[in-house]
Amino acid sequence: MDSEKATRPSGHGPQPEATVPDMITPTWDYAPAPEARDVIDLGRDWRMFIGGDFVEAAAGDRFPSVNPATEEVLAEVPLATEVDVDRAVAAATSALPTWQATPGHERGKYLYRIARLLQERAREFAVLETLDNGKPIRETRDVDIPLAAAHFFYHAGWADKLDWAGMGPSPRPIGVAGQIIPWNFPLLMLSWKIAPALACGNTVVIKPAETTPLTALLFAEVCQQADLPAGVVNIVTGAGQTGSAIVDHPGVDKIAFTGSTAVGKGIQRAVAGSGKRVTLELGGKAANIIFDDAAIDQAVEGIVDGIFFNQGHVCCAGSRLLIQENVHDLVVDKLTTRLATLKVGDPLDKNTDLGAINSAVQLERIRSLTDTGETEGADRWELDCELPERGFWFRPTVFTNVAVNARIAREEIFGPVLSVMTFRTPQEAIAKANNTPYGLSAGIWTEKGSRILKVADQLRAGVVWANTFNRFDPTSPFGGYKESGFGREGGRHGLSAYLQPSQSAHPEQPERSAAPEAQA
Amino acid sequence: MTSLVLPGDLPDFAEIAASDGALRRFLHGLPGVDQVGVERRVDALASRSIKQQSKRWALDTAIRMTDLTTLEGADSPGRIRSLCAKAVRPDPSDPDIPAVAAVCVYPDRVAIAVEAVRGSSVKVASVATAFPSGRTSLDIKLADTRLAVEAGADEIDMVIDRGAFLAGDYAKVAAEIAAVRQVCHDAAPDAPAHLKVILETGELMTYDNVRRASWLALIAGADVIKTSTGKVSPAATPAVTLVMLQAVRDFADLTGQVRGVKAAGGIRTAKDAIRYLVLVHEIAGPRWLDPDYFRFGASSLLNDLLLQRAKQIHGVYWNPDRIPID
Amino acid sequence: MTRLDVRKTYKLFIGGAFPRSESGRTYVIARNGTFVANAARASRKDVRDAVRAARTAQPSWAAATAYNRGQVIYRVAEMLEARRDQFISEVAGAEGLDHRDASSNVDAAIDRWVWYAGWTDKIAQVAGNLNPVAGPYFNLSGPEPTGVVGALAPQQSSLLGFIDVVAPIIVTGNSVVAVASQDRPLAAVMLAEVLATSDIPPGVVNILTGHIDELAPVIASHQDVNAIDLTGYAGQDTTELEVAAAGNLKRVLPAPATEASHVALPDGPRRILAFCETKTVWHPKGW
Repeated sequence: MDSEKATRPSGHGPQPEATVPDMITPTWDYAPAPEARDVIDLGRDWRMFIGGDFVEAAAGDRFPSVNPATEEVLAEVPLATEVDVDRAVAAATSALPTWQATPGHERGKYLYRIARLLQERAREFAVLETLDNGKPIRETRDVDIPLAAAHFFYHAGWADKLDWAGMGPSPRPIGVAGQIIPWNFPLLMLSWKIAPALACGNTVVIKPAETTPLTALLFAEVCQQADLPAGVVNIVTGAGQTGSAIVDHPGVDKIAFTGSTAVGKGIQRAVAGSGKRVTLELGGKAANIIFDDAAIDQAVEGIVDGIFFNQGHVCCAGSRLLIQENVHDLVVDKLTTRLATLKVGDPLDKNTDLGAINSAVQLERIRSLTDTGETEGADRWELDCELPERGFWFRPTVFTNVAVNARIAREEIFGPVLSVMTFRTPQEAIAKANNTPYGLSAGIWTEKGSRILKVADQLRAGVVWANTFNRFDPTSPFGGYKESGFGREGGRHGLSAYLQPSQSAHPEQPERSAAPEAQA
Repeated sequence: MTSLVLPGDLPDFAEIAASDGALRRFLHGLPGVDQVGVERRVDALASRSIKQQSKRWALDTAIRMTDLTTLEGADSPGRIRSLCAKAVRPDPSDPDIPAVAAVCVYPDRVAIAVEAVRGSSVKVASVATAFPSGRTSLDIKLADTRLAVEAGADEIDMVIDRGAFLAGDYAKVAAEIAAVRQVCHDAAPDAPAHLKVILETGELMTYDNVRRASWLALIAGADVIKTSTGKVSPAATPAVTLVMLQAVRDFADLTGQVRGVKAAGGIRTAKDAIRYLVLVHEIAGPRWLDPDYFRFGASSLLNDLLLQRAKQIHGVYWNPDRIPID
Repeated sequence: MTRLDVRKTYKLFIGGAFPRSESGRTYVIARNGTFVANAARASRKDVRDAVRAARTAQPSWAAATAYNRGQVIYRVAEMLEARRDQFISEVAGAEGLDHRDASSNVDAAIDRWVWYAGWTDKIAQVAGNLNPVAGPYFNLSGPEPTGVVGALAPQQSSLLGFIDVVAPIIVTGNSVVAVASQDRPLAAVMLAEVLATSDIPPGVVNILTGHIDELAPVIASHQDVNAIDLTGYAGQDTTELEVAAAGNLKRVLPAPATEASHVALPDGPRRILAFCETKTVWHPKGW
C-alpha cells in the first residue's frame, strides 16, 4: 500500500505529457455500430404515385438513385416527362373539389394518420433516407423523420381552424400546388410542403430531388395506408426538366420551391404573368456572430451545429463565422479541438457525425470553391481523418484569415466548410452579417440580453438563432429575406402560402391573385 | 470580457485565491454556461454507441474507476470488511475482473478499511469536513480530516461550504479547501492524501455556479473535483459532469496540471457509467480515461457493471444471483 | 383688372427636395384638351436618385418607434386636412368629379392616412406570433419592413388611389419610390408638398411623375429595390415587369384585374403585409 502511495501522483498530478498509466492500455474506440438496413426492401418495384396508383413513366424511362456513401445504385425510379406531369396535374385537379369540400376536421384526420404512420415506420424511413442521401443515421433518426411527422401532426390541427389563420373568415385553398424539393432534407422538405398544402385544402404534385427520390416514393405508400383519397398527393420523380414541366403547367395554381437561388429566380421568371402564386425558399450565407462574452463552449457547439450539421448541406447553415477579434484565437482553438472529435464515415453508423456528400456534382462544387479559398489567401484547416475509398466525401474544413471579398466568404458552398472572419464592434458585426444578397438566417452568441435583442433587430434575416443554431420546429416560420426567397414555411405564417381570402372578402380581386404572402 | 485565457496567459492563482475581490472578478469573468446548450450536447453524446471490445474495455475501466462507497450510520465493521473484500476482488469466480479504485467510508471506519484492503491496489477514501452538510467550524473540519488521514486514508473527500459559496464568500471557501489540503499533507508528509472536493452541485442550482465552484476548487488546490455527496438530489448528472470536465480540461490547458473529476451519486447502471465515459473521452479527452483522473462514487453500480460484463463474456443475459452482492 | 394668378411648377419629390427631372423633360397635363400644367417627366436616372434616397432614408425610418411613425403619418392627415379645399379642387378637375364626390374622395384620402397611422403599432401584434416550439426555447415571429419598395400608383384615382398604395408601404418602415398616375399626377405632386411640410423624413416617400412604361421597367429591374407594387397596371399584362423583378427576387404585388374604387376601407392590413418580411427569433430558456 505504501509503495503504491509513493508512485501515486501527488500534489497536482503529472504533466499532461506524462505517459498514460498502463493498467490496461486505453483502447477507447467507437466500434462500428451500423444500423441494420434490412428494415427496408430496396429490391421493390419503385414507381411514381399518380392518382392513387403506382405507375411507370409513360415513356418507360428510369434513372438510378445512388448511395453517395458507396456509389452503389440503390434503385431505379421512373423518369417523369411532361406527359406524366400532365397526368399528375390532371389527377390533382380532379381530386381538388372533393378534397376542398371535405370538412376541415376530416382532412385533419388524414394528416394525423399520416403523422402516426410516419412515426410507426420511422426506422424504415430513417434508414432509407440515410442510404439515399448519405446523411448520418443519427440525424435522420433524431431530426429528419421525427420532424417530418411533427409537421404533419401540427398542420393536421390547423385543417379545421383556418378561420383563425389570419386570412379572414372562410379562407379558400389556392388549388393545385406544384412542389419541388431539394435533396438535403428529402422527407422533411416533403412534409414542409405537403402538410400545409393538404391542411389548407389544396392538392399537390410534388417532385423530390433527382438524387434523393426514394423516401418520397415510400411516403406514397403511407398515403395509401392512410386511405388518402386518390389524386390528393401525386409524386413524380425526375430532374430539372420534370420540375420545369410542373412550373410551366397551366393547371398548377401555386409553385412552392426549395432549392438554389439561381433556380428560384428562373422559376419566378417562368411564372411571370401567369398569375401563379409562388413561394421560394432559397440559398443563404448566414453569419454566425460570436461576441467576446458568449458562453464559449456552447458557442463552439453552435458553430459545429451551424456548419457541420447535415454535412453543411443546409440552406441556413452558419457558413460565415464572425468572431469578435479579442476572442478569435480562443474560439478557433476550442473549435478545432472540438472538431477533432468529429466522426466522419459510414452514415449508417450510429456514431457518425458527418456522412457523405450527396453527389459527385456537389462534391466537385465544394472542391472547386474551397480551392479558391486557398488561392485567395485564406488559411485552411481540415480534419485529419480517414475517408472511405468509395463514395463522395469531404473533410470538415475551416478557413481562417478569410478576406471579406473572398469567394468562400460570399458564395454559398453548401458543404462542411466554414469561413472565419473577425469584427471589433457590434455595428461592424451587423454590417458584415448583412453584407450579402442573401438573408435566410443568422446566429448571435452573447450572454448579454440587450445586445441579443438589438443585434437580432438589425440582422436582415428571416430566422435569427440567438445562443443556439439550426433549430427547427413546425410551429416556427422559416424563410428568407432578400435573395433567400419569399414566403414562410411553418407556423401560422406558413399557412398563407396555401390560402387565399374568401371570395366574398375580395370581390374586386381577380382569381389570379398572385399576391406575395400576406400573412394576416 | 472572458478571463478564460489561452495557454501562456497563466494568471497568478495564488494571488487570485488570496483576495476576495480578485477571486470574485476571476470567477465571474468566466464565460457563462448555457443550460440548454449543455443539455443538448449531453443528449447528443448519450446516443454514442459503444460496442464489442470497446464496451468490454469500458466496463473494466468503469470498475477500475469505482469508489465503492458506503456512507451509512449503520456501517458496522463487518459491513466495511465485506465491502472491502468485494472492492479487492469484485467476483472471485473471475480473476480477470480488476479491483475497484477505492472504498469510500466515514472517517471512523478508515482504520478497518485500511486493514481490510491491505496488500491490494485498492485505496481507502474517507469523507470528511462534517460530511455531508459541512456545517461546522473549520477546526472541527480539520480535526475530522486529520482523523481520517492519520488512520491511513489515501484520499479525502471534503465538502465545500455551499452556504458561503452561494453568499459570495468565495475566499472563505477557498481558504477552507487550502486548509484541508494542508492537513492532508501535514498528517501524512511522506504520502499526502489526495484531496477530492465535493461541490454538491445539486445545491448550486446553475451551471454557471458549477463552473465557478469548479474553478474555485481547482485554484484552491483540489486534486479532484467531485459532483455530489449522494445525500442531496439531484446528485451527479451528465450535464454537471460535463461542465466540470470542461473545467479540468481548461485548467490543464492553462496550467499544464491535470486534475480529476469524480461523478458521485445516482449512477447505478453500466449504461449510465458508459455514458459518463463517453463524456470524459469527448469533453476532457482520452488522458482522463484513467482512474487517477476520473472516478465514479457509487454503491450499487459495481453490481450492474459485473452483470453486464458477464453478459459480454458469455454472450447471454446474465443472472443477477450469480453476482455476489455486497 | 383681374389679377393674374401665380401658377405652380410641378416637380419631382426626391429625398425631401423638389428637383426637376435630371433629363430636363416635361410633359403636358391637359384636361378636355385644355393645357393645365407641365409635369416633370422623370428619367431612369431620376429613378436611380429616388432609390438611392429611399435606401438612405429607410433604416432610420424603420428604427423609429411605431408610436413615432404613427404620429408622423397622422400628421400627414392633419396637413392634408388643412389643404382639403385645394385637393378637392384638384381631384375634381383631374378625375372629372363633381364637388360632392371629390369632397368625399378627399375625405376618404385624409381618413386613409388616419387609418394607416393607427396600424403602425398594431401590425406586429396582429401579424406576430409567439410560437410554442417543442423544446426549451423562446420563439417569436414578427413583421419587419422589406426595405425599398417601388410602387406604381393607380391611374384613375389620383389622390386616394395614390395614398392607398403608398401609405401601407411606409407604415412598417419601408421607404417608397412611387410613380404617380401618368395622366393625373398633380394631386400626387401636391401631396408631396404636404409630405414635405409634415414630419415624414426626407427620402421615405419619393414621388416621380412621367411615363409609366418608361419608369416601371427601371424600377422592376433595379437590384436595390426589394419589392414592387404593380397596381398601376390594373388589367394589363405585366409579364415583362415580373420577369425583370425576378432578377433580385423582388416581392411582387400583382396588378388587379380592374382598378378598385379605393373608397371603401381595406378589409385588412393585407397591403401592409405584402411588403413585410417575417423574422423569427429563437433563444434558449435556461437558468
